Amino acid sequence: MSLIEGRALKYGDNINTDIISPPAYMELPIEQAAKMAMSPVDESFASTVRPGDIFVAENNLGSGSSRETAPLTLKALGIRTIIARSYARIFYRNCINLGILAVECPDTNRISRFDRLSLDTEEGLLHNLSTGETYRCDRIPPHILELVNCGGLVESLRKKLGKD
Amino acid sequence: MSMTISEKLLALAAGKQEVHAGEIIQARVDKAMMDDILGPRIQIAEQLEKLGCRIWDPERVTVISDHYTPPANATQAEIVKFTREWSASNGVEHYYEFAGPCHQVMVEKGRVLPGELVVGTDSHTCTYGALGAFSTGIGSTEMLGVLATGEIWLKVPQSIRVRFEGELPRGVMAKDMALCSIGRIGHNGATYRALEYCGGTVERLPMDERLCIANMAVEAGAKNGVIACDEVTSAYLREKGIPQGERFQSDPDAEYYADYCFSAGELKPLAACPHEVDNVRPLEELPVTPIHQAYIGSCTGGRFHDLQAAAELLKGKKVAKGVRLLVSPASREVWLACDRAGILSALVEAGAVILGSSCGACLGVHSGAIGAGEVCVSSTNRNFIGRMGSKRGQVYLASPLSVAASAVTGRLTDPREFL
Repeated sequence: MSLIEGRALKYGDNINTDIISPPAYMELPIEQAAKMAMSPVDESFASTVRPGDIFVAENNLGSGSSRETAPLTLKALGIRTIIARSYARIFYRNCINLGILAVECPDTNRISRFDRLSLDTEEGLLHNLSTGETYRCDRIPPHILELVNCGGLVESLRKKLGKD
Repeated sequence: MSMTISEKLLALAAGKQEVHAGEIIQARVDKAMMDDILGPRIQIAEQLEKLGCRIWDPERVTVISDHYTPPANATQAEIVKFTREWSASNGVEHYYEFAGPCHQVMVEKGRVLPGELVVGTDSHTCTYGALGAFSTGIGSTEMLGVLATGEIWLKVPQSIRVRFEGELPRGVMAKDMALCSIGRIGHNGATYRALEYCGGTVERLPMDERLCIANMAVEAGAKNGVIACDEVTSAYLREKGIPQGERFQSDPDAEYYADYCFSAGELKPLAACPHEVDNVRPLEELPVTPIHQAYIGSCTGGRFHDLQAAAELLKGKKVAKGVRLLVSPASREVWLACDRAGILSALVEAGAVILGSSCGACLGVHSGAIGAGEVCVSSTNRNFIGRMGSKRGQVYLASPLSVAASAVTGRLTDPREFL
């Protein structure tokens, strides 16, 4: 069984890519740009986030740009797991390609900032250890799970090309 | 079984007779496009080298430095330099810089043909659907996979049919059609789906206007936007000396996830209000809103048809005191055509500043960022918080005509006041 435990950093609807990765900082190296991640809605984000935190949002997470700088900056800050009610498609795919687990859960509105979460990817369950509640998550499609388990698209390519 | 145009395009790319919504396919990519901001510099150059891979077919790849041209500082200049040098050393001959926003350049240079599967590292890659291609935005790592293999996995999208019938009233442009449909569908209403635009109104639109509509498909969350090829498409390609490609129509009994019908005659000039593209209201219903900047440009609203419409409205008028009207023709070709038609001088006489052909102002990285408390009305595609500069600024999206009218009055204005 694979369990992922972490502290929730919780945001609402429509956290778009311009919020996660503001365009003014995209010219900077990822580590520097990461310091400004989420700054349009939360200037303290980069100083609050700790490696292993779980990024939680509600509807339409990552809408807008195709910029991979959005998940890259989150990853640079130590985020490996994202849970949202729904995603914009390019952002979702970018997360998977970078080996970030992006999970859909219809009940993220019940999660608060700093709740302790435990995600059971095999059972498709999300336990909120702070409230004692358990939420159902969408199962990750097998072709996507395969990519994440590989560590992302680059690792999967390495395997594939090696075999060829 | 019957298929939509998007299904037919993906069946062709997958080398199959038929594919249907929900299926996961391995598709052969016809063309790949990278820009400077999210191209080689993000993951691609480094990982491609680590994998020891070469580009599968450099002839099918285009690289366009458009977001950071002209560079505002040394960091941006280094990015453009890196992009240029990487392209040269990787055998990419179709490299452009200072040519204009990538999507207009791709279309004008014949880098997209009807029937092709095109992917690009910019979300507005969906623009090429106006030429009957299946085109979609992808991330940089995804592009690395395409460059290494020439293939991509895709889930065949369900289609949403968006039909416009009737004549557009004076003062209403394709941008208003796009905003109207996004307002109704919602900014995530088409997520994972295809938007297929059709109907008599769409068929009568010139290619510049069709490109604007397909460009905005992603603002409803769509994977792609598509318009079937017709005589307008053929004439456009012929005029530019571009091959006709392969063309498809949806079968009459194809299945759609949803149908939206709009009566063009009832459309009004619209604005997407801060900070979401689906926050759409008729301009005539908005409270008096003074503006500081008016912007006409980008892969959405900087084409010949856009600048021409703005210039006609501005003829004999002046931009209001305290307002700056910035105009960036969407490509060198658009610039030249506008120059020859006297459009650029007409705009300058009215008080406009003509900028280079660039993405800069649209995302606030150079050539026209806004400050705290400033309001910009823009013919671009996104009004997210902080999009064009300060997060304390406000961006209203509108048609080039509405932007021009607002520049004259100094407040958000329905262009019909002038027509």
